[in-house]
Amino acid sequence: MAKHHIEATVNGDAVEFLCETEDTLLDVLRDTLHLTGSKEGCASGDCGACSVMLEGRLVCACLVLGCEIGGCRVETIEGMATGETLHPLQRKFLEHAALQCGICTPGFLVASRALLEKNPNPTETEIRYWLAGNLCRCTGYDKIVSAVQDAAVALRKA
Amino acid sequence: MKPALMRYEAPETVEGAVALLAGASGEARVLAGGTDLLVQMRADVVDPALIVDIKRIAETRRVTEERGGWRIGAAVTGAELKEHPRLKQEWPGVVEAANLIGSTQIQGRATLGGNLCNGSPAADSVPALVAAGAVATLAGPQGRRDLAVEDVMLAPRTLALRKGEIVLSFVLPPRPPRSSDAYLRFIPRTEMDIAVVGAGVSLTVDEAGTITAARVSLGAVAPRVLLVPEAAEAIVGSRLDRAAQDRLEAAARAACRPIDDKRGTTEFRIEVAGVLARRAALIALDRARTR
Repeated sequence: MAKHHIEATVNGDAVEFLCETEDTLLDVLRDTLHLTGSKEGCASGDCGACSVMLEGRLVCACLVLGCEIGGCRVETIEGMATGETLHPLQRKFLEHAALQCGICTPGFLVASRALLEKNPNPTETEIRYWLAGNLCRCTGYDKIVSAVQDAAVALRKA
Repeated sequence: MKPALMRYEAPETVEGAVALLAGASGEARVLAGGTDLLVQMRADVVDPALIVDIKRIAETRRVTEERGGWRIGAAVTGAELKEHPRLKQEWPGVVEAANLIGSTQIQGRATLGGNLCNGSPAADSVPALVAAGAVATLAGPQGRRDLAVEDVMLAPRTLALRKGEIVLSFVLPPRPPRSSDAYLRFIPRTEMDIAVVGAGVSLTVDEAGTITAARVSLGAVAPRVLLVPEAAEAIVGSRLDRAAQDRLEAAARAACRPIDDKRGTTEFRIEVAGVLARRAALIALDRARTR
């Protein structure tokens, strides 16, 4: 059987690609479209390192098939900064040293942005529950939570 | 020789999906949210020759009012259920159960149809649907039929669906005044784990606060989710006073036939089933009184 020919929108750009049925959206993003910001941690939906937005909804790219996204909008970490200007969440993660090895960071940023777009003033508990599907083995989470809180303040002023 | 390639189809009609599944010669799987199927494919637990994605069939993706109740598409996600403006008021137990499945990311994909058809006795949304008296609408080569949710799963990974049949949607019945529901589960942490025990209770009270109707269900304490009529009978006619709570606990425990594994011993599961049934009933009662 021939490969699937898929057309979709990634970070606002029209893309088309070929994939096998078993290729996940994460495989397509990283290996075919060369958008390697989304990371593969567990490949089973447990760690959140591959978090992306699909049709405006936060999902794990490892739990979506590439052939499922025909006609859909996908947003990845690569679409977060505007040119050279970092998104306030990205700035606050740097200021708060909310990362060490960095593998989980793109997923945390995408997930945090989804939270702040839905809830501009989340409590610490709401942040921790929302981000419970993003695992970090370096920071112990406190710095990440602080960065998200601080970014929320910055975004509310913006 | 290269292994056979996996075929993927995303039909837009029910008939198209049924024809594909009915005509499949090898292993065929229905894809809804994919949060179980893709993990199982990755772990080589399943290797289907055909995947039929049902999300492009409109009626699997919508929530509609129907004859005073609700019809929920099998591929509606947990996140969508939570955001629905009225469902949570009428069926808080169903919505909270669906929202206990996995992380925010999983909620964006996971569905009621998938949670049921994955065939796990520990599925969180299933006891809530069973307590709610939900009916699954199936479509197959012989047409459509309705099946009570408690009758869809027969044993772990074994469903009552015939070849070519899919779960299209669920019907939640009309809600009388002063009715509500609740679902509780025990896990050893606060988030994102598989239920060691789950309990769902749906009930209606009269103006005096006496329970006039109830359904009680238990998850993860038997090879499939149990509807426990004896537990419901134990509280109907009462105001859930301490004696009725004791009868409810005893009836719930008597229905349990749990496994003994690293997540919970048989004795622990039986004990907790009684506690959760009682607590879920108290929450449902409190909600029903204020509706």
